[in-house]
Amino acid sequence: MSDPRLIIIPERFKNVKNIIAVSSGKGGVGKSMISVSLTLALRDKGYSVGLLDLDFTSPSTHLILGVQGLYPTEEKGITPPITDGIHYMSIVHYSLDNPTPLRGADQSDAIIELLAITRWETLDYLIIDMPPGLGDATLDMLRLIPRINFLVVSTPSVLAFESVKKLLTLLIEQGIPIKGVIENMVLTTSIYIKQEVEKMNLTYLTAIYFDNELEAAIGYPNKLISTQFHNRIVEISGKI
Amino acid sequence: MALVRVNPYILGLSKLLREIIILKKYVAAFPVMHEWALAEGVISTAQKYAKDNGLTKVTEVIVMIGELQQVEHEIIEFALDQLRTPFMKDTKFVIKSKAAKFKCRKCSHEWNFKTGKLSEDVSEAIHFVPEMAHVYIKCPNCGSPDFDVPEGRGVWLQSIKGIKE
Repeated sequence: MSDPRLIIIPERFKNVKNIIAVSSGKGGVGKSMISVSLTLALRDKGYSVGLLDLDFTSPSTHLILGVQGLYPTEEKGITPPITDGIHYMSIVHYSLDNPTPLRGADQSDAIIELLAITRWETLDYLIIDMPPGLGDATLDMLRLIPRINFLVVSTPSVLAFESVKKLLTLLIEQGIPIKGVIENMVLTTSIYIKQEVEKMNLTYLTAIYFDNELEAAIGYPNKLISTQFHNRIVEISGKI
Repeated sequence: MALVRVNPYILGLSKLLREIIILKKYVAAFPVMHEWALAEGVISTAQKYAKDNGLTKVTEVIVMIGELQQVEHEIIEFALDQLRTPFMKDTKFVIKSKAAKFKCRKCSHEWNFKTGKLSEDVSEAIHFVPEMAHVYIKCPNCGSPDFDVPEGRGVWLQSIKGIKE
């Protein structure tokens, strides 16, 4: 019979004004770094913000934020802990640094469980760091999260954009709002991605040049917000 | 989950005093539990099912609880009772357990869930997100984390009985 978790998930997001899933068809394009940077940018504009890391097999936002030992509180469900002014939920609260070998159906079940029991405070923005691709997590988000918007990340690579194009096509077909596409890790200026995005009648948000300072900022949000990378994210945070 | 069990029988108290202690203990502990969130799902689902099927009254809901999630029956019963809608004023909630079973996808070994072998932290992680079993439990035969849980995961509704006008 019915799974009692499904019906209450929309209720769990009723206090969240804007939900933005940072996604890509391809892995390794900088989704997690953009998710954290965007959350910090919106926080610094005075918005109340949350960050949900749904990349269960390779979570990394906790490393970018430099947090460990956080644990949700139990209050008729679970309430995400707050770090650096961010309401922060990740599977690492439970898996710690252990490998999380989950098949698709198990990932889906874990996502549903977490969405059903997590109670978000009143938030202006909830940023969701998505796992790459068109797998269970993406399909679950489309199925379960009301009012979801996507922010899609590509690199300048033709190969990356081919996967990204498939995600964009799916989102367009399903009528899911797309805030725009970010071209990340740019080494040399090219108009290829911009042209391709605009051909699909979508917004090309910005090109972010490869930033050598970024690696040293991992684990230090205060350093991250002083990088060129973050400056570009601050600019686009006003457009979404 | 830190629900301290007191065995009042050992203390040799009267029946009335035992009941008062148990009631106080649950009132203090229950409202913060995450079982509340699951109970909300049960109530909302039963309510929707009843409406969709033209029931004017729900008489019985059978809720199955998988052993893997280690949900406390008393807590979920308490939460269901508190969350009753007028539609379910006299509904009997029956809570049943399903033993958790594992089957290794690599060597086909089958085994049962034994909570006693897990630390409190691991037990708690699995309690909140049952798939954390794949992080902390390995096949006792071959050591693989790639196993199936064919029975005994999560909370689900087995049946709803009601009256149609």
